[in-house]
Amino acid sequence: MSYHFEFGWLLEYYPQIIKGILITLELIAIGGVLGISLGIVCAWVRALGPVWLKPVVAAYVELIRNTPFLIQLFFIFFGLPSLGLQLSELTAANLAMVVNLGAYSCEIIRAGIQATPKGQFEAGESLAMTRFETFRHVVLVPSLQRIWPALSSQVVIVMLGSAVVSQIAAEDLTFAANFIQSRTFRAFEAYIVSTSIYLALAILLRQVLGLVGWFIFPRRAVR
Amino acid sequence: MITFTLWDILRNLLLATRWTILLSLVSFIGGSVVGLGLLFLRISRRKAGRAFAKYYIELFQGTPLLMQLFIAFFGLGLFGIDVPAWLAAGLALILWSAAFLTEIWRGCVEAVAKGQWEASASLGMGRLQQMRYVILPQALRIAIPPTVGFSVQIIKGTALTSIIGFVELSKAGTVVTNATFQPFTVYGLVALIYFALCWPLSKSSQILERKLNVAHRNH
Repeated sequence: MSYHFEFGWLLEYYPQIIKGILITLELIAIGGVLGISLGIVCAWVRALGPVWLKPVVAAYVELIRNTPFLIQLFFIFFGLPSLGLQLSELTAANLAMVVNLGAYSCEIIRAGIQATPKGQFEAGESLAMTRFETFRHVVLVPSLQRIWPALSSQVVIVMLGSAVVSQIAAEDLTFAANFIQSRTFRAFEAYIVSTSIYLALAILLRQVLGLVGWFIFPRRAVR
Repeated sequence: MITFTLWDILRNLLLATRWTILLSLVSFIGGSVVGLGLLFLRISRRKAGRAFAKYYIELFQGTPLLMQLFIAFFGLGLFGIDVPAWLAAGLALILWSAAFLTEIWRGCVEAVAKGQWEASASLGMGRLQQMRYVILPQALRIAIPPTVGFSVQIIKGTALTSIIGFVELSKAGTVVTNATFQPFTVYGLVALIYFALCWPLSKSSQILERKLNVAHRNH
């Protein structure tokens, strides 16, 4: 039981760590924006869209929500090339993040849409808006505002889940930790430091999403 | 060259599924026990207990499960403890799921009306008696659907243990892929097996939620 911590080793690997942090941030930025956009579209289909599309989206959501992210990633990176679709590590990682967050955010946003009082739709109709216009101008923003906390925590969960993309050699923060570990054999230090960075990123991301919500939503209680 | 039929692939994957199920069960049961202990700390009157549970939850919910697995696997090994993959996997998954279960259950305990605490206190019950006879039976009803729902997260979480070398469904998928060069088929099947494990749980969680809510409204 005598282990001496030596964090000094990590110092010379700081470029890898910085690069890893940047790639993790890039993954969550792209995954977050595109994933939530996909989620909005899917939620619209599930709540108000054309009947023939509903089962397709439902199948997508159920399939993604009930399989591990790791397998989705492997399927996209290793499986799709046999269909002739060869993706780079980073593209595959990004695609997996978008597909994953899209399914989860779809369910969350749908709950927000379904909590919208029926009168809102009728009010939109009485202003001669089409169903889509009503959705876009009347329903969407209050729905998003209602479920913003749930959506934020889902984004944080997906960010933490992105650690797995190191397994297809996308060079995120976990990849950097594995790299340092394999060079220095200081596994404990490498993983403790990268875990702390993840914790800091998670706390930071939560704050940022809170601020984003504060800026994009009208500041009054919706209910 | 050996050729593999679809049945060969599927049989190997199904054999490995046993370990996914076993690890999920161990994690769920262990996580529930640890989580229940944490729950009592989280809602206790002692400030230190509350703070400990709060930081524990923050730590395990704010860091990737993969990192927790790495620390359990590589980290403990450095202290001279020989850590087999299954032990590290079980330990990390138990501690991780405990954090989430505690937070879920705290929400359920808080959903019980405050008057119930006051009423039981006015009957001269101690804190433990209040929990045992008044609060927990009511909270349990609210807790069942989200707890069943979270078991899906545990099953999906076990996939990560393949990375530290525990041979369960995901690892078997990688091994079989390396032997057959059919990643599309193999990972497709792996995904379907996970789906077959998780979907009934998700569905029953939804159904339970509807059922228990209706019963609740009729009270």
